[in-house]
Amino acid sequence: MSDIGITSYGAYIPRKRLNRKAIADANAWMNGALRGLGKGTKAICNWDEDALTMAVEAVRNCIAGGDTDGISALYFASTTHPFVDRHNAGIITAALNMPDDIRSLDIGGTQRAGTSALAEGLASVGSGTTIVVASDARPAKPGSVQEMQFGDAAAAVALGSLNVIAKYLGGHSIALDLIDHYRTAGEDFDYALEDRWIREMGYNEIVPEAGKKALEKTGLTGADIDHFVMPTRQRRLDSAMAKAMGIDAGAVRGNLNPEIGEAGTAHALVMLVDALEAAEPGQKIMLVGFGQGTDVLIFETTDALKTLGARRGVAAHLENGAIEDIYTRYLSFRQILPYEWGIRAERDNRTAQSTFFRKRDSITSFIGGNCSQCGTLQFPKTRVCVNPNCQAIDTQVDHPFADMPASVKTFTEDNLAYSPSPPYLYGNVAFKGGGNIFMEMTDFEAGDLSIGTELKMVFRIKDFDHKRSFRRYFWKAAPADNS
Amino acid sequence: MATGIKDKVAIIGMGCSKFGERWDASADDLMMESYTEAMADAGITKDDLGMAWLGVFFDEQSIGKSALPLSQALRLPNIPVTRVENLCATGTEALRGAVYAVAAGATDIALAVGVEKLKDTGYGGLPERTKGTFEDLWQPNSTAPGSFAQLASAYANKHGIPMEDLKRGMAHVSWKSHQNGIKSPKAHLQRIIEMDAILDAPMISYPLGLYDCCGVSDGSAAAIVTTPEIAREMGHDNPITVKAMQLAPSNGVEMSHNSWDGSYTLTTRIAAQRAYEEAGIKDPVKEISMTEVHDCFSITELVVMEDLGLSEEGRAVTDILDGKFDATGEVPCQIDGGLKCFGHPIGASGLRMAYEVYTQLRGRAGDRQLKNVNMGLTHNLGGIPNRNISSVSILGRYSD
Repeated sequence: MSDIGITSYGAYIPRKRLNRKAIADANAWMNGALRGLGKGTKAICNWDEDALTMAVEAVRNCIAGGDTDGISALYFASTTHPFVDRHNAGIITAALNMPDDIRSLDIGGTQRAGTSALAEGLASVGSGTTIVVASDARPAKPGSVQEMQFGDAAAAVALGSLNVIAKYLGGHSIALDLIDHYRTAGEDFDYALEDRWIREMGYNEIVPEAGKKALEKTGLTGADIDHFVMPTRQRRLDSAMAKAMGIDAGAVRGNLNPEIGEAGTAHALVMLVDALEAAEPGQKIMLVGFGQGTDVLIFETTDALKTLGARRGVAAHLENGAIEDIYTRYLSFRQILPYEWGIRAERDNRTAQSTFFRKRDSITSFIGGNCSQCGTLQFPKTRVCVNPNCQAIDTQVDHPFADMPASVKTFTEDNLAYSPSPPYLYGNVAFKGGGNIFMEMTDFEAGDLSIGTELKMVFRIKDFDHKRSFRRYFWKAAPADNS
Repeated sequence: MATGIKDKVAIIGMGCSKFGERWDASADDLMMESYTEAMADAGITKDDLGMAWLGVFFDEQSIGKSALPLSQALRLPNIPVTRVENLCATGTEALRGAVYAVAAGATDIALAVGVEKLKDTGYGGLPERTKGTFEDLWQPNSTAPGSFAQLASAYANKHGIPMEDLKRGMAHVSWKSHQNGIKSPKAHLQRIIEMDAILDAPMISYPLGLYDCCGVSDGSAAAIVTTPEIAREMGHDNPITVKAMQLAPSNGVEMSHNSWDGSYTLTTRIAAQRAYEEAGIKDPVKEISMTEVHDCFSITELVVMEDLGLSEEGRAVTDILDGKFDATGEVPCQIDGGLKCFGHPIGASGLRMAYEVYTQLRGRAGDRQLKNVNMGLTHNLGGIPNRNISSVSILGRYSD
């Protein structure tokens, strides 16, 4: 049997980084201790992002423009899937235009869902590629320690047996119903217990044990581990765990909390991507997930790591943040602070689901038309070509717009339109290679746009339908990667 | 071979309600106001009417669908009534229906009424609405000012005009309409606004400020049409006649094709060319005495001056600042205050424009009466620059 393992990776960290000082300044009146945590930033979803949209972007970055035909399974780990009962993973596979005959699965219920999904992916990977993506945007109560610590992010890895960049050597899992925190169905926030309890009866009891068993299975010792990847919100706990397994203190990876916060089920995979970006061929990585038990997985990087094409992992996203200093805007994005948006915000956003289903290729997969007679690219795809000099009937073949570079043709900053993040930005977008779409722009602030501003397409929440607890997605124009 | 509408139909009576925030009036009251004036002007009675057309856009918002609101409000004698809707060209469409019916010989005298009751929403600007079940899934939740503001960004870029210069041209458009509006007793907004106030106004949708946007008003306008022959029998020696009525809807090019650069209104150019041909106009600047164009926003009027061939491409700002379209200019525009000041009750606007041209042609415009009015043009642009319906109509006198 050939080696299996990780064949590709990608990450997504939202552009917005909330200054923790802004949280502390707003809430220190009720909890002065927050000031001690008020350092650094945490990544936060824009109003139109959630665990699903972040997962889509992470998977895109993992595929990095490659073919999706060989993908046979996709696992989506999160504790904040936007839908409890609608297949979230199926929206990802549709958005990225993957084959319909795919095994797809939502995995959740614990903070180690990311590492557990990875373990299951490795256990079941066959001849095709399996994608494992973990993404979380956990809510936290205003003024809580969690609010300081939680960040939003996603990471994805592709698993398979061809061009393996990190061979899977083995691992070990333990289940333990130790309640360090919980979130009951239908509740907005976690109920968290004290760190001391979590450390002493949780981590100390099971992580070294699982780690040692994993090392034993793989014939390694702690000293063989070059990168120790273990998310934790507790300072020095990662070093203590490494020490207990005989892992060198220098192997302990930084947990990225100062920059992005702790991203729940995604965090282990985010750190894994960060480690893969830093690793040299032939190095061993131990990955630990924790949450009512633990998963330990050990990988060894290969020479193929260095020939993997350029992609957006953690490093590219860390460089590309936009500081957010307005705490109340963050609360509003999170739908915690109910602002007065005026009567205009009462517009009924009911989705005609039969229309959506009929047009799902346009809306979810962002497929337009390419006229086989005149070559005109157009969105939406229609029966009659829009080129006034062509107008051929039934000549359009599917053309995906999602990965096409584009630029601003016309724009406005609209203060009248309702937007959860005013002003509402939209305009005509000209695609390089053809096609014009009148569309919404996101991740820009007022004053950022001008004619010719370079754009890339991102999958985002188009509208919320609060009346029916529904959200619909479409693609928007965001700043191009190099901007 | 079609010969066009020129001089086949005469307008023998028109009416227009007071426009504004008519908290006192419902749509049926507004319709009665314009209808009563038009009937008195024509000197006919209800039994003389053979057919009627009703134009209203936001039916959900004001009077509901169908012909019934008109038939019931006026207690019409069960004559055929057709309700039409074509965005901001709705009022003109009601008139076109009546005009074509007379031209076809289907009836002797027809009535067209346009009405809109906008101020029952509880908020400023136009009502929120769905664009269609598919469109809502992908098109931006744009507003009218935001959609028209797109023209400004593209126009400034295309012609290399600094935004502050374009803003000054746009401000002059609004300044001029406020100057004119104070002489229109039925206008919604009747006060002078100084240039500085316009330029410094709060931003609605960049680069459009508050005074770049027209009023949102309640109102109604009505017309009574017949054949020139019947008009003459009724004592109108040289009746006002329709010289051209053209309509051009978008077919998706502006929405989906890169041949449109976003800086002009494609359909206005098409409708204008057809209208000039229908009316036999060779040189619009010389032959058109006055215009009432769709100045929903100042930038719309600015680019439309070029689209109608009244300014050369890229010259509109200069022409506007030179006063070419002022009351004393070469081709006065919005002598009644336009949508900007007279107001914009959508379904009534096209008929309100015709009302002003008619009033000017008959020499009844009082303080704002222009000299030597022979031919007047009305223009509507319904929708947004990306997806719209343009109408261009020309009115004159039968034997001119």
